[in-house]
Amino acid sequence: MLIRKPADIPTSEITSESTYLNRRSVIAGLAATGLVGTSRAAPDHLETGTAQKELPGVTSGPFSTDEPPNSYEDITTYNNYYEFGTGKDDPHRNSGAFRPEPWTVRVEGEAEVTGEFDVEGLLSGVGLEERVYRMRCVEAWSMIIPWVGVPLGEVLKRFRPTSRAKYVAFQTVFRPDEMPGQRRRVLRWPYVEGLTMEEATNPLTLLAVGVYGVTLPNQNGAPLRLIVPWKYGFKGIKSIVSIRLQESPPSTSWNIAAPREYGFYANVNPEVDHPRWSQATERRIGSGFSGLFARRIPTQMFNGYGEQVAQLYSGLDLRRNY
Amino acid sequence: MNTRVYKPLLFAACLAPVIWLVLRIAGVLQPGLGANPAEEIQDELGVWALRLLLATLCVTPAARLLKKPRLYRFRRMLGLYAFFYCMLHPLAYFLLDLQLDFAHLGEDLLARTFITVGMGAVLLLIPLAITSTRGWQRRLGRRWNRLHRLIYPAAVLACWHFYWQVKADTAEPLLYCAILALLLGIRFWWSPLRGRLFRGG
Repeated sequence: MLIRKPADIPTSEITSESTYLNRRSVIAGLAATGLVGTSRAAPDHLETGTAQKELPGVTSGPFSTDEPPNSYEDITTYNNYYEFGTGKDDPHRNSGAFRPEPWTVRVEGEAEVTGEFDVEGLLSGVGLEERVYRMRCVEAWSMIIPWVGVPLGEVLKRFRPTSRAKYVAFQTVFRPDEMPGQRRRVLRWPYVEGLTMEEATNPLTLLAVGVYGVTLPNQNGAPLRLIVPWKYGFKGIKSIVSIRLQESPPSTSWNIAAPREYGFYANVNPEVDHPRWSQATERRIGSGFSGLFARRIPTQMFNGYGEQVAQLYSGLDLRRNY
Repeated sequence: MNTRVYKPLLFAACLAPVIWLVLRIAGVLQPGLGANPAEEIQDELGVWALRLLLATLCVTPAARLLKKPRLYRFRRMLGLYAFFYCMLHPLAYFLLDLQLDFAHLGEDLLARTFITVGMGAVLLLIPLAITSTRGWQRRLGRRWNRLHRLIYPAAVLACWHFYWQVKADTAEPLLYCAILALLLGIRFWWSPLRGRLFRGG
């Protein structure tokens, strides 16, 4: 297996450890004065026995909402990750045997630089940012999640996509030994998702490695996952092992499973209902008396990120391209 | 079989899922209800409604196959409990999920087919619950039996409702559908309808 760093990072761009440490102390100093926000402290109720490590050098990125984030417990015990089972608590309960380290990602297709990269190589030279995003599930519930990651566009451009790169296809790892959900063919494995090149390089789109300042727990898609906050949650493919740049749109897992219910775009849209339920409102997990009377709030077009992404879809009939 | 012992036992057993749920809501019992308690409560009540509907439908075949006619004494209680859970399930949906939003309820009933189907099941069970008393049984005579066959379409709608709200993993709803098919199939096998349909065959 060939493991190398992208060839196109000039050594001048690679931060030396001393500069890096120095920058950290500067940022910490600024944070103390309140001039620069830093990542929130790791939650003190981290489960014992998990391998979550604090991520160093996380700065506070743009586009964050000031809505109060959901608890670490909500975010890590209520998940849709069918590779670990279809129940909401299955990923939390069944992902203990999953090994997110070591991890390599295959970059292939329409790019000048391709190959197999370890996660560190893939992300080296791009600063980790905390982005507090709204997460709207296609099942009409939502959370506020403080992700840690890097803009996908920053990563992609280093592979120098060719002019034929119109789409990016992602694939989740296939490990039925460690992912009990993959032993049954609930969806076609491995899970596949995709974005147009414009969507992939939009500054909102994140390649996330952490949540609440620590590395991603297995149930949240360790070690590397996609975050596309203006789309329904299922677009946020988890535990990515392959990134392929290509000319044609990939067939995506949920679209294959139920084409009338889940389209390629899957933009959050309160006006286009799922055939079996309304998308006009959403249940905000964690609110209202321990969630028992969780607030139902109106769903926003593009999940409230229209300012950043609406222009991507001008002229597109969103009712047909759901 | 001592009915005086078994009836209270069955009563308590049928009530157990509600008590279990209340204790989980109160945080006394684990596992808790998780991040989306309203959904968990709805799902639990719904699946118990379906289980009790199927349990009610088990009584007749069981009594016949085991030659234990005394089992019929438990049918009313099971049926009423099925109705009880069939009422609590949409009540939880309306109270916790929709939070008394009547407009949303109206829209859901009209536009969301799986909810329409589920509501149909509940409506079919209402006359059965009302006429479940001995008095009504006497008054209706033979028509009582015919009326109470409404539990068959109600159970079909309930299974359909379950199957339709699942996103991809249809294993559990299909299991309930299979049990229902078996319970209805055995009745068809026993019914004069079969003889009429397949005469000369």
